[in-house]
Amino acid sequence: MSTLTISPSPHVHSGDSVKKNMYGVVIAMIPVLISSVYNFGIGALSVVATSVLACVFFEYIIQKYILKGESTIGDGSAIITGLLLAFNLPAVIPVWIIVIGALVAIGMGKMSFGGLGNNPFNPALLGRVFLLISFPVQMTSWSEPGKFPMKFTDINSGATPLGVMKEALGNGQTPDQILPDLPSYTDMLWGFTSGSAGEMAGAAILLGLVFMLVRKTITWHIPIAVIASVYVFAGILHWADAAAYAPPTFHILSGGLLLGAVFMATDYSSSPMSKKGGIIFGIGIGVITIAIRVFGAYPEGISFAILIMNAFVPLIDKYIKPKRFGEKPATAK
Amino acid sequence: MLKTFSLGGIHPPENKFSAGKNIETLPIPSQVAIPVAQHIGAPAAPVVKKGDQVKVGTLIAKSAGFVSANIHSPVSGTVFKIDDIIDASGYRKPAIIINVEGDEWEESIDRSADLKKDITATPEEIIKKVAEAGIVGLGGATFPSHVKLSVPPGKNCDILILNAVECEPYLTADHQLMLEKGDEIMVGTQILMKALKVDKAVIGIENNKPDAIKHLKALAASYPEITIEALKVQYPQGGEKQLIDACIKRQIPSGKLPIEVGAVVQNVGTTLAVYEAVQKNKPLFERVVTITGKSVAKPSNFLTRIGTPLKDLIEAAGGLPEDTGKIVGGGPMMGKALVSTEIPVTKGSSGVLIIKDEEAKRKKMQNCIKCSKCISVCPMGLEPYLLMTVSDKAIWDRAEEEKIMDCIECGSCSYTCPSSRPLLDYIRLGKGKVGQIMRSRTK
Repeated sequence: MSTLTISPSPHVHSGDSVKKNMYGVVIAMIPVLISSVYNFGIGALSVVATSVLACVFFEYIIQKYILKGESTIGDGSAIITGLLLAFNLPAVIPVWIIVIGALVAIGMGKMSFGGLGNNPFNPALLGRVFLLISFPVQMTSWSEPGKFPMKFTDINSGATPLGVMKEALGNGQTPDQILPDLPSYTDMLWGFTSGSAGEMAGAAILLGLVFMLVRKTITWHIPIAVIASVYVFAGILHWADAAAYAPPTFHILSGGLLLGAVFMATDYSSSPMSKKGGIIFGIGIGVITIAIRVFGAYPEGISFAILIMNAFVPLIDKYIKPKRFGEKPATAK
Repeated sequence: MLKTFSLGGIHPPENKFSAGKNIETLPIPSQVAIPVAQHIGAPAAPVVKKGDQVKVGTLIAKSAGFVSANIHSPVSGTVFKIDDIIDASGYRKPAIIINVEGDEWEESIDRSADLKKDITATPEEIIKKVAEAGIVGLGGATFPSHVKLSVPPGKNCDILILNAVECEPYLTADHQLMLEKGDEIMVGTQILMKALKVDKAVIGIENNKPDAIKHLKALAASYPEITIEALKVQYPQGGEKQLIDACIKRQIPSGKLPIEVGAVVQNVGTTLAVYEAVQKNKPLFERVVTITGKSVAKPSNFLTRIGTPLKDLIEAAGGLPEDTGKIVGGGPMMGKALVSTEIPVTKGSSGVLIIKDEEAKRKKMQNCIKCSKCISVCPMGLEPYLLMTVSDKAIWDRAEEEKIMDCIECGSCSYTCPSSRPLLDYIRLGKGKVGQIMRSRTK
């Protein structure tokens, strides 16, 4: 015995760490990565590698030379941002655009607010939306699955199911006429459609969700609230006028909805703290997503919806409180 | 499904190394030091002076108010001096130091092992006896028991709940008591019921003590008014509010006492002390203390006289391990880190936990990542991350609004935090400040 440590209780710790949580999310994204490479080939792999390396690099540089703090890249959160950014990009996008996206995501979205835990918006989404507005052509030029195109010229522009649906509905066609020409729901679930690198394989994303729920990295409230509210809101529209609005299942399986609901909306620091708050946040995202998809200019709205709801998080946290002990009236005689 | 409390909770590794170890009587030391402040409330006033002869059970310090407790000599011998010693709080506080000579007990104490079942005392006599015997909550809170038994006018008590949860990891003193003193605990329960004038009692035991549950269930077969409730293992189920919620689904409103929902909670060890005081005329001067730890050679449960220095317990358990980094009085979740092994056992000492050097130091604090796990585990439905922030920034009105005073200091938040943030340290600071502000307001 050398010296006795004196500190207040508790004297034990669960052993949980930031690293464990962050790498848990990274592991949960592996099925998505695999499906992405399977569907979009080497292109997807190079997008992911570029994005992850760039994100980690920028975090390291900013932390070391601007914030002058201890390196934080070991906690794994920059890897998550890198993966999520890549999953939101077409698999054939030029490398320099990815690097700009990574700089915006990490520099503007995360480090400018003080790093991990302090970002009010999802950094990867901020990067994605920045790119979408700055480089609309490259950001909406998707490759077709299974054809392994490597060059930017090989692409088939604008042919995501959501884009096709939006355009055709605008031309006065009905969903029933359009759907047979689109990939089947099963193909969409397995990711055999064109779109961003990691958005398409619903099954892989749901596998990641199950993993995170089992490990208690996240709770079910946000993802389920997003998916359920999309289903209900899109369902009401479809039920009211089936000729003008796509069926709810289509909305759930297409675009980035599942990726957004499972991996983006659940970002710790840009989502509400309480479970009740999480449900309100999720419903907000679902409703705004469908509103943008159906009534807005863009075919996809999940990114904007999450960023808009991110802005409401401080307000939600201020007014939505967890259930306190003893609120229920006492039942003594 | 087993019952448990409604909000939050954690399940740390139980590490009950001393479970199933029979209670051994620790030899009486050559000198004991008895702090006069070893309960919640006013310190007792010494009634002996240097050179006085005392016997085991002689009153040596008198209760100094309603919320206070008598203290009796745990040994026979001569009062050596009344002087300041370092106690479990780490501060120097007055204590009565007695040099031990022999082991002569007061004649009034019934030392026979017979079980005395007939309760002849009236409720008033029971409460008086409990007060005279200096009984306090032996679970560690050390609140004078006679105060809890005196139901204030206008309040109604309809149920007694016995706390046999022992939810702190490592500790086994109550578990072992139930196995060895089950009959006495049953009679003690009836005494408490009589004092409170209630016709039912529930003994809440966590399901990690199946032998105790089985044993007490068998005994309770002849006492239909006593129910044994096996509870799901979940910390902090031993907190009064959580235990009442778990056993009878009543939640105490913020800032109120158990009596508000018609319940009184007593610890099982306390119940045994009540039996001994009322039926055997024996004041509280000894208790069972668990001595344990991952490196402790012989984790044990010792029947120990109050005032025995901790080093005697540690020696009897195989000596202080080489890799000791911290000594905790109580359990790992709510116990206090102690400054020396000279500190004496007091009425509230439920255990001594020796923590290894590598586990003694905290990990480096990182940014809050807003994972909200502290909220999920808080048994009071609070937001520890927010309470830490407002305490750090000294925003006391917000802290009060966010119910900082409801915190029971169980430590589940700090235990869980992936960023190793000292949430409870800051909340304690905030509670101190907010409590001060609230008191100055009522003045």
